[in-house]
Amino acid sequence: MGFSHTLGGTIYRFDDLRTLLAKATPLRSGDVLAGLAAQDAAERVAARMALADLPLRHFLNEAVIPYESDEVTRLIVDQHDGHAFAPVASLTVGAFREWLLSDATDATMLAAVSPGLTPEMVAAVCKIMRLQDLVTVAAKCEVVTRFRCTIGLPGRMSTRLQPNHPLDDPKGVAASILDGLMYGVGDATIGINPASDDVDTMMRLLDMIETLRLASNAPIQSCVLAHVTTALKAIERRAPVDLVFQSLAGTEEANRGFGITLSLLDEALAAAESLQRCPAGGNVMYFETGQGSELSSAGHCGVDQQTLEARCYAVARRYRPLLVNTVVGFIGPEYLYDGKQIMRAGLEDHFCGKLLGLPMGCDVCYTNHAEADQDDMDALLTLLGVAGCTYIMGVPGADDIMLNYQSTSFHDALYVRKVLGKRAAPEFEAWLAATGISDAQGELRFEPARLMPALPLLEAER
Amino acid sequence: MSGPDDVKTPATSSPDDWTWLSRYTEARIALGRCGPGLPTSAHLGFQAAHAEARDAVLKPFDAEGFAVDVAAHGWDALAVHSRAADRATYLQRPDAGRLLSPASETLLSEPRAPADIVLVVADGLSSRAVQVNALPVLEQLMPRLAATGRRLSPIIVASQGRVALADHIGELFGASASIILIGERPGLSAADSLGLYLTWMPRRGRVDSERNCISNVRQGGLAPADAAAQAAELIERMFRHQAAGVSLARLPQLPALENDGSS
Repeated sequence: MGFSHTLGGTIYRFDDLRTLLAKATPLRSGDVLAGLAAQDAAERVAARMALADLPLRHFLNEAVIPYESDEVTRLIVDQHDGHAFAPVASLTVGAFREWLLSDATDATMLAAVSPGLTPEMVAAVCKIMRLQDLVTVAAKCEVVTRFRCTIGLPGRMSTRLQPNHPLDDPKGVAASILDGLMYGVGDATIGINPASDDVDTMMRLLDMIETLRLASNAPIQSCVLAHVTTALKAIERRAPVDLVFQSLAGTEEANRGFGITLSLLDEALAAAESLQRCPAGGNVMYFETGQGSELSSAGHCGVDQQTLEARCYAVARRYRPLLVNTVVGFIGPEYLYDGKQIMRAGLEDHFCGKLLGLPMGCDVCYTNHAEADQDDMDALLTLLGVAGCTYIMGVPGADDIMLNYQSTSFHDALYVRKVLGKRAAPEFEAWLAATGISDAQGELRFEPARLMPALPLLEAER
Repeated sequence: MSGPDDVKTPATSSPDDWTWLSRYTEARIALGRCGPGLPTSAHLGFQAAHAEARDAVLKPFDAEGFAVDVAAHGWDALAVHSRAADRATYLQRPDAGRLLSPASETLLSEPRAPADIVLVVADGLSSRAVQVNALPVLEQLMPRLAATGRRLSPIIVASQGRVALADHIGELFGASASIILIGERPGLSAADSLGLYLTWMPRRGRVDSERNCISNVRQGGLAPADAAAQAAELIERMFRHQAAGVSLARLPQLPALENDGSS
């Protein structure tokens, strides 16, 4: 069935839901590259008006990718909770926007309705929202997860310490870890992207962090962001695996490009839980996503990149992850061209993830061929802080020397916590004080001496 | 009584006293701080590195001028253009950078001597990488290729080109192999890295896994002479095994493709 809307005397027609969603999306280079974007600004807003009139119930009857051919669609349909959907079942997309923004709609109501929302419903309402709408609603959402630290409590903002090294040298990684801990960074996770995706590298790095954790009694959870199959091998060898990582896409085809299926992720979750390193009822998975990855792997199935990104979150929520983040500017200007597109996408992803019940962080980042710089990142970081973003990355000096892109720095984390009055996770905060990294008032002291014994491979050569 | 000489300059930023850890990593650690901010020198140092990378991406590549430099070495050269008319289009439409403009397609479709190997030089994501490192590589590579007796195309100098532009060019020449020298995506630490991509039976529609790559060719990286030697060795293997890419890279001592975003 098709849709149409008349604007300024012109009748705009949209063949199906997939087309309507794509045409309604704010301009971004990836949808233009895929040939899915609106022809002009008027068609874009006409699509938004048609979308605003669409009942949310319609999304339960029309899939953007067929149920028969895509296991992500099957997951979305099969996990839909009709009872949770009831409070918004009679609304159109436009009225749903108003319901979300309403002062009467609080965190408890948002959490209750979440299992009744499909990613396509959330993507649709996102497309008709301004940045301030995305900030307002996300800031109301409360998503709390736990491993050794409790992540996502009100007034808190956590950080992933990202101490990457181009040769995976444990000493180089340890030097960056020490630098980050001095700045109070690392309560979400210490998460290393390995240059070399193999089980020996993974185990060498995990062992180093495990030594640090046990020697310093730090409430940290570690992660080496290797492929899920590498993590499974490491678990088989009894490596100290805290979090199991995987990149996700929003279609079965693109996930195949990542070398994963839902059943493989099921297996990974069971393996991670079998180690019993996490307190009962805690969360052991870590996922990363980012608009454009499906187009990049030729698995977009004619769906716009923001809708596909929201579909990633339907996959993620099945596994009750500790952390999810959108690596928003990493993919390059053919998907998100400039600071404006990156900023909008980061806030969209954060909003959609939060509304779908995920502990959503954002890698506020860009590459050197994107039209963006540190000023754009400062603006997005500040907006995300106001929106209650669960966590951000911390990279030494914002310069990732392994992945060759710019993210947020340890200083950026200090900045956003300071101006917005945000604090680290309570367990981490207590540990910083107990080890003397911070003083009794919580101010950082920048004195590494007390932590050095926990990083023996650095101490040895001093 | 105190004079102006007694007024001390206040300390405005605090150093981090673990600078000795910098021996372990090139990462920007122990930068110091002023409140939550970076000391001015570290702050502007980052801007300088980013500026160098941006200029390398955005500075227009003078293909005609570079073709003249190539011809001055005694090699035939032709300047061409991809279908990406400008830098903004190039950055947003990788598909346009993989095809020749209609005028360039016509130029290369004129009757020419057949070639076994096509040679292409393209700006990619760093015109600076080409300006600095392409001629030193060619000076080492051309004699090695000439010595094999295989027929070489003129050196095709392309602006707004992606790696796969060599497929379109190779197709027009009916060549068995292609070598493209192309500017890699600049990082903050190096803005002039050149990459060499080699493809067997270059035709439109080839994918990255069907290529071999030699990357990080620059001062302080892989030396031009070493890159040329590796490329000549790879070409020999490609003709011997009639293949390139992942299957060839599985043989010992060969570099596999690294995707740097310029493909």
